[in-house]
Amino acid sequence: MSTKLYGWGRTAPSFSTVVEPDSDAQVVNEFATGSPLIPRGLGRSYGDAAQLSGGVVMSNLALRSMSPIDHDGVVTLGAGVSIDELLRVAIPQGWFVPVTPGTRQVTMGGAVAADVHGKNHHVDGSFANHVRSMNLVTPSGPHEVSPNADPELFWATVGAMGLTGMITSVTLQLMPIETDHVLVDTERFNTLEGVMASMRERDDAYQYSVAWVDCMSRGAHMGRAILTRATHARAHEVQEPTLDAPRASKVVVPFDAPSGLLNPLSVRAFNEVWFRSSPKFQEGEAQSLSAFFHPLDGVRDWNRLYGKKGFVQYQFCVPDDQPDAVVSCVERLSSSGVASFLAVLKRFGPSNPGLLSFPMPGWTLALDLPVGPSALPSVLDDLDELVLKAGGRIYFAKDARLAPQNARRMYPRIDEFLAIKERVDPRHQLTSDLARRLQLVGK
Amino acid sequence: MDNAFGQPQNVVVLGGSSDIARAITRKLCAARAHTVVLAGRNQQLLDSAAAEAQEYGATKTDTVIFEASHTTNAGHIVSECFEKVGDRVDLVIVAIGLLNNQFEIENDASEVNEMVMANFAWPVVALAETRRRLVEQGSGRILVISSVASVRVRRSMYLYAGAKAGLDRLCVGLADSLEGTGVTLQLLRPGVVRSRMTEGQSPVPFTTGVNEVAENVMRGLASGERVIWSPPILRYVFGVLRHLPAPIFRRITADR
Repeated sequence: MSTKLYGWGRTAPSFSTVVEPDSDAQVVNEFATGSPLIPRGLGRSYGDAAQLSGGVVMSNLALRSMSPIDHDGVVTLGAGVSIDELLRVAIPQGWFVPVTPGTRQVTMGGAVAADVHGKNHHVDGSFANHVRSMNLVTPSGPHEVSPNADPELFWATVGAMGLTGMITSVTLQLMPIETDHVLVDTERFNTLEGVMASMRERDDAYQYSVAWVDCMSRGAHMGRAILTRATHARAHEVQEPTLDAPRASKVVVPFDAPSGLLNPLSVRAFNEVWFRSSPKFQEGEAQSLSAFFHPLDGVRDWNRLYGKKGFVQYQFCVPDDQPDAVVSCVERLSSSGVASFLAVLKRFGPSNPGLLSFPMPGWTLALDLPVGPSALPSVLDDLDELVLKAGGRIYFAKDARLAPQNARRMYPRIDEFLAIKERVDPRHQLTSDLARRLQLVGK
Repeated sequence: MDNAFGQPQNVVVLGGSSDIARAITRKLCAARAHTVVLAGRNQQLLDSAAAEAQEYGATKTDTVIFEASHTTNAGHIVSECFEKVGDRVDLVIVAIGLLNNQFEIENDASEVNEMVMANFAWPVVALAETRRRLVEQGSGRILVISSVASVRVRRSMYLYAGAKAGLDRLCVGLADSLEGTGVTLQLLRPGVVRSRMTEGQSPVPFTTGVNEVAENVMRGLASGERVIWSPPILRYVFGVLRHLPAPIFRRITADR
């Protein structure tokens, strides 16, 4: 039976047969059918990475095992366990995930496949840096891979959006915490240059750092920003140290909002309120882990606010010596009047060896853009050129519109990746709508 | 594959040398289309349309020659186009149409046959094979060029408009039949468009150029709406016209 699947941005739906194996053996059986196939987790990648029209989508959600957390903070999890589920168990025992993206609703398999990053990338790197080992079932059979055992296949899988096989379990190194709070410093900046200078100078003093940038304001306030930086609160730094599990979200968006709800006018108004309601300067505010890391998880299905037409997220990174590219991109957006509700700026630390992993040392900017304005496709094509010229790239987990020739220019190690994929998937069974669109793996 | 903005990469155009089809093809190639197969009846015109597609960004083009005078070749022509693409097909545009001066041909059975073949019968048979192939691959889109003339058939062009009406109504049902298959069908209903086809016709309100039609198509592909009107206001104009009593409709279309 065919199921209609979307990415989180709810553009370009496709119909696939969904299967939900609950063991390595069943995954092996699925590969044995010979059908074209792609793994899928909680469907939080924004574009078409976890769908395969006319093919088989293999959900990892039935792979739910969870080992006890050992005294060094090492835990082995089924690939379908989400960060949310892990944190419910881990926080009360004094452990936190070493890397979390802006949502807890991602699976272990998805976190490796997208090599997700968080607000601590400049210090701790991305998700795969903390993976001790994992089980990967490929069309050629099951493999246990790690940075030491078959490192080639391990690093080809990191960031490859499921194209090397189905991750069935992940052994992860957790991070110790003393409380369920972080201490946050907040600062407002009137210009993009100002916030970038501060991030360059002082980010290293914090474990977490991220800036929200207003891409709708023009003129002197172009790129004004709110910078929040934080470190985990030690037990003696808060009044009543607690270690409580995150709560489930209570607010739901029950239906699609009208497509024009988030328009330049409403977004500009929201940004104004957001900017002014933030303190000019505040130090040491204690915030709960979920308020700081996963504010959007408070509203379930928030992507429906963008209406039926959906939205795209544009996230790029550029090398450290190319801050001007970030400024040019924000200028191009603010002059075109294309509304961006959320623009998030962050510094990346060193890359890991993942062949298709996204982060590179430098800057990353992520923008949510509603589909609708007819100028949007060409504005984003212009941004691609700016990013390419700066030696940067865009993130496959967010992409829904890149051109194939540009994908190859942004990921120059793709041929190395394909050689390793050929070893485990000689019949080219693993593909996805994203891989087809970007011509990553042939026909 | 289509991207988030409904921009296809691999495109087949049946009737690929028509002015409207060429304008749409140019826009598609300027966006993401890299493989384009154009089918039509005039090799020279097809070659120039293919060259134009390359100029606008296509990296691979090919052409297929056919006559829409009998339906027996339609399935085969569609297959040939798909094979020349050599990959999954994202969009099939059905842009076949024939508009003759009705007063000169309405008493000539063979000319009437030609009109009905080109505007109705051939496209329908071609759509059957297109549907089969796209449903098999589990994705793809079909854009059928109808006409606002099909919404209310007027006397001076009842043959053309009536044949288009048959195609248009059939496609509404065909689109419904595709629900849940991953394939979709959209209808384009343009008003009068300045092109080779309409040369010499008396002017009509809301006449547009081919580039404006192509722009409306790009928006329609992005939004996925089932009927794309060009210009968009004709949706409302024809919402009224279709319900006018016959004597009034005859009078206002008397000299058109």
